[in-house]
Amino acid sequence: MSRLREALARGEFVVTGEVAPPRGTDMSGMRGAVETLGPHCHALNVTDNQGATLHLSSLAASRVVLDMGVEPIFQQTCRDRNRLALQSDLLAAHTLGLRNFLAVTGDDPRGGDHPEAKGVFDLDSTQLLEIARGMNEGRDMHGRELTGATDFYLGAAVFPEAEPWDVQLDRALRKVESGAEFFQTQAVFDMDKFARAAEDLRPSGVKLIAGILLLKSPRVIKFINERLAGLMVPEHISARIEAAEDPLAESIALATEQVRELRDLAHGVHIMPLGVDEAVPRILEGAGL
Amino acid sequence: MIITRPRDWERIIANLDEVGATRVFIMGCGQCATVAKTGGEDEVREAAARLEAAGREVTGWAVGEVACHEGGTRLTTRKNAGSLETAEAILVLSCGAGVQTVADARPGTPVFPGLESAFLGNVVRHGVFEERCQMCGECVLDLTAGVCPVTTCPKGLLNGPCGGMWEGRCEVVTDRECTHVLIRRRLEAQGRGGGRGSLAPKDFSKKLKPGAVNLREGRAREGRARGGRDGGSGTTGGEDGR
Repeated sequence: MSRLREALARGEFVVTGEVAPPRGTDMSGMRGAVETLGPHCHALNVTDNQGATLHLSSLAASRVVLDMGVEPIFQQTCRDRNRLALQSDLLAAHTLGLRNFLAVTGDDPRGGDHPEAKGVFDLDSTQLLEIARGMNEGRDMHGRELTGATDFYLGAAVFPEAEPWDVQLDRALRKVESGAEFFQTQAVFDMDKFARAAEDLRPSGVKLIAGILLLKSPRVIKFINERLAGLMVPEHISARIEAAEDPLAESIALATEQVRELRDLAHGVHIMPLGVDEAVPRILEGAGL
Repeated sequence: MIITRPRDWERIIANLDEVGATRVFIMGCGQCATVAKTGGEDEVREAAARLEAAGREVTGWAVGEVACHEGGTRLTTRKNAGSLETAEAILVLSCGAGVQTVADARPGTPVFPGLESAFLGNVVRHGVFEERCQMCGECVLDLTAGVCPVTTCPKGLLNGPCGGMWEGRCEVVTDRECTHVLIRRRLEAQGRGGGRGSLAPKDFSKKLKPGAVNLREGRAREGRARGGRDGGSGTTGGEDGR
């Protein structure tokens, strides 16, 4: 049983974090991150070849997180596997004890470290959710009975600040129809837009976990604006970090304010500390969590 | 039409060197490659001049009506039998289908591709081509307001947009509108916007390789007379033109 699901069902304000599997076999870096973040989070996302760059699989790394006593959120992108492999890995994930699953489309290979790779995209994330829900009910995607069902708490991604919002909202609602029970959002910068998303999604009953990105330096902001798909740091926020004497301290202060504001709007926060994992307890403490 | 691009010239020369070919025959295509300005008469003449400048002898060249038409290409090779006979290799400026047609027509001679086959393209205007159809075998345009997500979304998502859409623009090809925004807007404009469910996963068994259609088999089953000797429907009737 997913403890994340239970906490959200109880109405607890949840905190999730994120760890990246290594680009190799040395798990010490990821273990360090789990040790730092684990005690402060209900669950940790384990990314799947993030940014279309080669990493150890989310499946194996999620199990490592679980073995460390922390609940993982197993992520799958639709970029690297066809429908047979995706379903097969979901069965494997269940037998490995993983109980949270986040289905995402995945970044295009053209932006990654293997730009010559074939992007699979046999399914999209909405279709993958639908299939995962069926597997929870003991069926494969064709409705054929499985010898033993999966038991995943199903999540998806939503981008509350993307315009046009009506198109985003329509997609988000279709993800809910297809089985998404919780959303983790892209980084939130505009509280008004987040409030709009929360209001529009409330009738669906889906749990909304708001993304917080630690804008630790002007260099990171530049990288986000220029390189990260669909993400743009607003001028007033980048100006604040750039003007700060200690940009990291300022970014921690900003994230703390954001978490505090989001306590009334979201069901939880998903903190992406960009490697500064030790900032997470400070942010949470500052926000009164 | 099939859009082709020029192929790396060094590789073409290396191909000829591998078989020690100094005498070369060039074939173009009067259809797609002519419109794409990659394998029409002008480009064939240009390739001939380049080969000669590189010390090769061009024994002859031909631009048939359409290179992928097996009967037509056999006819072209017969008409040029003399200069083909003395050629040690054939360079074909057409799509891969045309290259194979020539290779079948002259199985004893090394045949090399002179172009890269790119995509099935719309002619936007003279010299400007865009890919709009993947020939996936299971058309969804009835559900997507005549905009193909399989082709025009770089990820080929049936249900979009993905998380990278920003201000209605595509995250991968950032100077174009997101296909899924366009689909939704058109459906709305046609009064078909509301209550659209998710599209089901594609059935890739509808597009198994190699594709084959034989209209003659159908006609035979229906007991009608078989077609003439023109080979006009692109079938591989063994007697055509012999």
